[in-house]
Amino acid sequence: MTGPRPYLRPAKTAWWAHPPYLAYTLREATGVAVAGYALVLLAGLINLASGEEAYDAWLNFLKSPWSLALHLLFLIAMIGHVWTWFQIMPKTMPRLVIGGRVLPQNWITAAGLAVAMAAFVIILLVAEWMQP
Amino acid sequence: MKRSVAPVFWLLFGAGGMLSAFTGPALVLITGLAVPTGIGVSPSFMSFARATAFAQDPLGKLVLFGVIALFLWHGAERIYLTLRDMRAGGRLALMCICYGSASALTFVTVGTLMIIGF
Repeated sequence: MTGPRPYLRPAKTAWWAHPPYLAYTLREATGVAVAGYALVLLAGLINLASGEEAYDAWLNFLKSPWSLALHLLFLIAMIGHVWTWFQIMPKTMPRLVIGGRVLPQNWITAAGLAVAMAAFVIILLVAEWMQP
Repeated sequence: MKRSVAPVFWLLFGAGGMLSAFTGPALVLITGLAVPTGIGVSPSFMSFARATAFAQDPLGKLVLFGVIALFLWHGAERIYLTLRDMRAGGRLALMCICYGSASALTFVTVGTLMIIGF
């Protein structure tokens, strides 16, 4: 005999492209942007190791309209990632009990978003401090 | 009981997700938009000499490795889970493609940082 055969509800083949699953698909798609940005940085690092000429070619690629459009898309996806990441966070972590009361989920989301905004400002300040 | 390897990938996914939530938007804005257009940044901000000095510094190496590797693992986990839910292929094949590329590129990152030296 074979094992249990769970009932699988029939689903449209492209269910992920339609609401309500579309929001989930878009959230997961931010991962493509996060990995894509890492690939751009890795390409820069490899070119850096190859020498000045290769590295300057990478810097020139960054100046191309294609790259600027790509990074604008990355930026939008990153902001979407930040927003959704802190919506999920209270759902994936243990309940926080402070003084015998459960901390509301939207407080945790708000705190996460506030820290993310502070980190954004701090990184820009560090970059300003690193200016030649 | 057979142990699952999923927690390892979840840990990398979570670490990459947290790091990118805190640093991603600012990094993309600086390296991908401000530096190429020269808006608000000196033209020599990411020059060959400065980028080399940054990549040779142990702290700079840690930043580059952390950002590149953890961002890749975060993306790989999301892409794997989504493709699995879309039934885009066999579970094992998708795992090999997603985790395999993330592992290979992590090794490339370490190797490149070593080649750049200290």
